[in-house]
Amino acid sequence: MIEMKVVSKRFGKINPLSIDSYIKSEGYQALEKAVSLHPTKIIEEIEKSKIRGRGGAGFPAHIKVRALSQESGQKFIVCNADEGEPGNFKDRMLMENDPHAILEGMIIIAYATGADRGYIYIRGEYQNAIKIMRATIKSAEENRFLGNNILDRGFNFNIEIRSGAGSYVCGEEFSMIESIEGKPGRSRTKPPFPTEKGIHNKPTLINNVETFANFPHIILNGGAKFAKIGTPSSTGTKLISLSGNVKNKGLYEVPFGTSIRDVIFTLGKGVKNNRAIKMVQLGGASGPIIPEYMLDMSIDFDRFETFDSKTGTGAIIVIDDRFDIFDILLINMKFFVYQSCGKCTPCREGHTQIVNLINKFINHRASEKDLMSLENLANVIQQTSLCGLGQTSMTSIISSLRYFRDDFFAKVRY
Amino acid sequence: MILLREILAKYPKEEEYLIEILLEYQTSKKNHYISEKDVNEISKHLDIPESQICSVISFYSLLSMVPKGRYVVQVCHDVPCFVNEAQSIYDKLVEILGIEDGETTEDNLFTLEITECLGCCNEAPAMRINEKVYTGLTPTKVEKLILDLRGEIK
Repeated sequence: MIEMKVVSKRFGKINPLSIDSYIKSEGYQALEKAVSLHPTKIIEEIEKSKIRGRGGAGFPAHIKVRALSQESGQKFIVCNADEGEPGNFKDRMLMENDPHAILEGMIIIAYATGADRGYIYIRGEYQNAIKIMRATIKSAEENRFLGNNILDRGFNFNIEIRSGAGSYVCGEEFSMIESIEGKPGRSRTKPPFPTEKGIHNKPTLINNVETFANFPHIILNGGAKFAKIGTPSSTGTKLISLSGNVKNKGLYEVPFGTSIRDVIFTLGKGVKNNRAIKMVQLGGASGPIIPEYMLDMSIDFDRFETFDSKTGTGAIIVIDDRFDIFDILLINMKFFVYQSCGKCTPCREGHTQIVNLINKFINHRASEKDLMSLENLANVIQQTSLCGLGQTSMTSIISSLRYFRDDFFAKVRY
Repeated sequence: MILLREILAKYPKEEEYLIEILLEYQTSKKNHYISEKDVNEISKHLDIPESQICSVISFYSLLSMVPKGRYVVQVCHDVPCFVNEAQSIYDKLVEILGIEDGETTEDNLFTLEITECLGCCNEAPAMRINEKVYTGLTPTKVEKLILDLRGEIK
């Protein structure tokens, strides 16, 4: 069996709205254990687990947690549940199926770092998840896992929900911080990083939903045991949002190192109507597009880094041979035109020009010079944009130019 | 309909609650928008400039200063839905509502919008009507849904 359920082990087995149901299923045991340990020991366990962030970038989690623990004064913890990347639904499923696990992870990190205020920033489209998380916070407070003097250990931690309002860029750390402050979500220049100056210029730790949901397992079973799952560079399991033209679309959890082909054909049962795969987009709109012959690639942060992108969200979008590479690129690029916050020039102006160039290819009006312009402009946007949006949005263009070059030449007018 | 001042009273008088206030109030309104009068009232209450509130509303796609229909129909058009015939869903809506992306029907009942991913790619194609998400759509299902909503009113 290629599936391995760690963060999704309670899915369908507990009543997500019942704290008793969660407690009966090892719930809050990791927190009980954590508060009996010295905070530095918790960070050591996270370091031993070698867990990397599940939001896409794959940054080693212990570095951010330790950085926050070393700051003094008011500090914040944010759970990033602004899952706006097309093709992803894992964070929604986590919130809807095991919401207390996310809170437990946040409370453990609050204890380890000394933060006393937390936010869960959930995209406005996820109304059901917002309702569930609100109810979850309330029941955790009533059972003294949240609030003042948690479990009589003398530490305080309160969590508030913040709703997104329909902005993809707010999934980016600093845009999210601006949005939590009640402003338009336009990013800031780094450094300083959020763990130094975040919400109201106070140290802030932001982690993805899935990252938080992993912490209770790490604390309960030990970091060393967790590190044995997966590959040396990418430990643990990954939630995979499988969508597109597969027979069994859905959410699957597999250890890192599993091949993309296994996910599509063993778990997804292959392509609908037994058509051929034209391409697969990984990660979402900001991820690479790869051809069928590359599907034996394993799911692993280091492998994904060959695309210079944030592919690690775990989305796999299968696209069959009825579709053209330009259909997909046009949708992706129009998406970024709409989602650019407009603060920096390469992103604001660049995406519009990219759409114009793609349309030239679609209408067979592109010249060889346009092909060069597309390549150059994509590199400029990637290298000079202020935030993660423009830095990753060109991945599908750049990977397509590499793996589907013939498709471009076929449309060039000589 | 809930009064704006009732919603304002629920939140601390701090700028960081602005988006929460706007979202809650707009959702409670039948025509899903924030009027200039509302902006003025919020501005006085939170002691922040009206221009700042307008810039927040115009930045976020779920907020609006233009009145919308009683039912805001948002159809996903991102890749996972697109490759699962989302275009046929949109086309059907255009046909039965007689409006296109961003428009509202004359009876102010429906607004049609193309939206970003609704995070239901496992059950594509998907759309949202006000707070509720509908998945696994076909043109026939969509037609029935719209007719049911019309029937509810008339």
